[in-house]
Amino acid sequence: MSKYAPRKAQLAREFLEKPTPLKGAQADREWWEMPVDFHDGNWCFPGKPETLKEIGFPNPRKWAATDEDWQLPDGWQKIIHDGLKERLKKFRSLKLYLDACVRCGACADKCHFFLGSGDPKNMPVIRAELLRSVYRNDFPMVEKILKGFSGSRKLTAEVIKEWHSYFYQCTECRRCSVFCPLGIDTAEITMVARELLNLIGVNNNWILAPVANCNRTGNHLGIEPHTFVQNIMSLVDDIEELTGITVNPTFNRKGAEILFITPSGDVFGDPGVYTMMGYLLLFHHIGLDYTISTYASEGGNFGLFTTNDMMKKLNAKMYHEAERLKVKWILGGECGHMWRVVHQYMATMNGPADFLEEPVSPITGTKFTNAAATKMVHIAEFTADLIKHGKLKLDPTRNNHLRTTFHDSCNVSRGMGMLEEPRFVLNAVCNSFNEMPENTIREKTFCCGSGSGINAEEFMEMRMRGGFPRANAVRTVKKQHQVNALVTICAIDRATLPPLMRYWNPGVAVYGLHELVGNALVMEGETPRTEDLRENPMAIADEGEDDDA
Amino acid sequence: MKKVFMPLIMVALLALIPYVAVTYANMSYLFGVIIPYAAAFIFIAGFLWRLFDWLRRPVPFPIVTTCGQEKSLDWVKQNHLESPSTRFGAAVRVLTEVLFFRSLFRNTKAELHTGPELVYASSKWLWMGGLAFHWSLLIIGLRHARFFFIEPPAFITAIEHADSFLELTLPAFFMTDAIVLVALTFLVARRIRDAKLRIISLQTDFFPLFLIGGIVLAGMGMRYLEKVDILSIKALMMGLVSFSFDAPGEIGALFFVHLFLVSMLAIYFPFSKLMHMGAIFLSPTRNLPNNSREKLHKNPWNKPGKFRTYAEYEEEFREKMKKAGLPVEKD
Ligand code: SF4
Ligand code: SF4
Repeated sequence: MSKYAPRKAQLAREFLEKPTPLKGAQADREWWEMPVDFHDGNWCFPGKPETLKEIGFPNPRKWAATDEDWQLPDGWQKIIHDGLKERLKKFRSLKLYLDACVRCGACADKCHFFLGSGDPKNMPVIRAELLRSVYRNDFPMVEKILKGFSGSRKLTAEVIKEWHSYFYQCTECRRCSVFCPLGIDTAEITMVARELLNLIGVNNNWILAPVANCNRTGNHLGIEPHTFVQNIMSLVDDIEELTGITVNPTFNRKGAEILFITPSGDVFGDPGVYTMMGYLLLFHHIGLDYTISTYASEGGNFGLFTTNDMMKKLNAKMYHEAERLKVKWILGGECGHMWRVVHQYMATMNGPADFLEEPVSPITGTKFTNAAATKMVHIAEFTADLIKHGKLKLDPTRNNHLRTTFHDSCNVSRGMGMLEEPRFVLNAVCNSFNEMPENTIREKTFCCGSGSGINAEEFMEMRMRGGFPRANAVRTVKKQHQVNALVTICAIDRATLPPLMRYWNPGVAVYGLHELVGNALVMEGETPRTEDLRENPMAIADEGEDDDA
Repeated sequence: MKKVFMPLIMVALLALIPYVAVTYANMSYLFGVIIPYAAAFIFIAGFLWRLFDWLRRPVPFPIVTTCGQEKSLDWVKQNHLESPSTRFGAAVRVLTEVLFFRSLFRNTKAELHTGPELVYASSKWLWMGGLAFHWSLLIIGLRHARFFFIEPPAFITAIEHADSFLELTLPAFFMTDAIVLVALTFLVARRIRDAKLRIISLQTDFFPLFLIGGIVLAGMGMRYLEKVDILSIKALMMGLVSFSFDAPGEIGALFFVHLFLVSMLAIYFPFSKLMHMGAIFLSPTRNLPNNSREKLHKNPWNKPGKFRTYAEYEEEFREKMKKAGLPVEKD
């Protein structure tokens, strides 16, 4: 295991022994009297000076969170104050959510980081108070007079350290906002706080490096066009070896009907590549006229975790490329935060996309009226429609070696509301789908613990803590139903859940939904299949458990 | 426990001021006329200002928190309440929040058991307490309308009647008086006893609870214990709503305590978290329809931005692209 995480037994013991507010132990002081602590495993490396220079971000320098002096720029207090003022003017949500919280505590035990750490500052309400207390010190007039009364405090370097720590222990998952009676979304506060921190050069390399890469090469991993093509072609070879079928994706092809964009993790990362193989098989199966771009080769958008402007800038490539290639509409792969951006931000930031057409499935003729303005369809919607119309030849028994459960990714469930389509697809391609406990799925789903750009190796301790509620729910179905496959529709999940499962639930592997589709698809002219896309033997007799459905 | 006692002492002092002033200095005009007028003015102007101050800021992005299935394919059942796709649906969603505290109804309590194992128990206490508290306050407020009309409207009388159906005491006991006291006690107690609540609570969280408690107690005191002159009160209140500046008659000091604390609450209201009463209608995670892929949402401050264009990209990678057999725009 990572040197940045304690051993599991040690963490488990701490959970049971350490008195925390989660377990009803009264804190011995107020939260603002609690010091900030940085140790191996709970902070991410800061952005490298060259990265900052490349994207034009302020205050490039070498530093670490464990340093005493963070080398903040001159006048940093003013930068933060002015930055906050500006954002208060631009976002009603920010002003409203800073003003309206009643500290009812409904959100307190809903955050996975609080559940995994017991640290009171990880209760969403206090996370917001970290910023609110400074805001109150400066803004609404009467509260300013009644300082101690309303819990306000001065902006000090210590507060900046606290912000850096706790606004990167929030994955912007919005679970808290589901439970808040006022709909207060702590993720909105976190997003603004991260923007402010970026203004003074307090940042995170695991976010800024992909941002810089994505800007230059089109994808997070910094893959240049020829390598990008090579990688997909090697997947094409793998598919041929396994199935005897030669799929032929095209790249940057003008006049294709559909532009397909997916997170680059699906092209490079294990197990994402198997999901990519699933897409390729599916498109071949239905004879889709599509192309993949090497320029807009990233579905994800780490700008969302950085600043509004950066999110817009990186996202602009999608429409720009769709227009250049003269496609009719865009099909998007499995990803969480990508879909938050596409669903709630893209058309507003970079639309209207009048050069595209309202999406229609060329196979079933279904009009995707719900994507009429953005002109981008989610692959799970697309596939569900195909299956509903009987356009796919599927053999779900080919996934009989997997006993599955489904992890709703935060953004897709709480920032889009796509809950049924992936379940419909999953049920059609496998025989053993088991839901996790009710309070941990759908809109109440738990984050993988590493979303929003904190999937760094050096952050492992916090990731294992933050992922604990998710892992715990998986453990329940593992015990009850011998689940061995955790299916997701999110590229970040495919990167973050495997280490989480290895840590808390060894024996559970992580799959993309379309990998299972790829396993189940009966291709015309295929050689007999004995192995799944991972080259694991397919049919393991599942004594007595076989579904009759 | 400074954050509990400080606000308690403040409320006690606030209660004492009118009592002393009216009993010993005969300042009933100040406390019966001038302060109530000033408080009403500050309340109304402040409330409107705060609403305006929120409304003038744009909602740049449709950041709905979807708590149910979105509208998608025809055969997929949409959750109209939790993921509405129309403005009407969103309005219904907000109303269920305002009237029934829908999101609070979801509340659970997480417990860490040996294993380690997380268990989520249903926890409706806060929902019940909150609902009881707010609804009783509303009904009590409406009941007070009888002080402002010679002949109270029929529905007010009906509410009063329903509220006092037990007729245990003379004058008839109002259920809501008891409910609001129990709910208040619960809301204060959980802030002190629950470790999570204690650490998040500030003085500003206890203060309005104590203040409202003081108001309720003073009000109940007048009704059930230390009788005051109802006719003079009614005369004063009707005068106030018709903008008269006549001096109050002989009423009894307890009434001035009640009225002064209400005035203090009114003044405090616009500058505090009590404004959540207005905010709940404006919360963009709840009051927008989840149709952002279907209809274009406009952001007033959106400006065309610079990004790395395809041309710039090809410029850097052209040779590599050509070698990989990728089509290029310029040779
Ligand atoms: S649930 Fe909402 S109102 Fe209650 S404490 Fe949390 S953020 Fe504040
Ligand atoms: S958005 Fe998610 S991670 Fe952030 S405070 Fe809320 S529940 Fe916690």
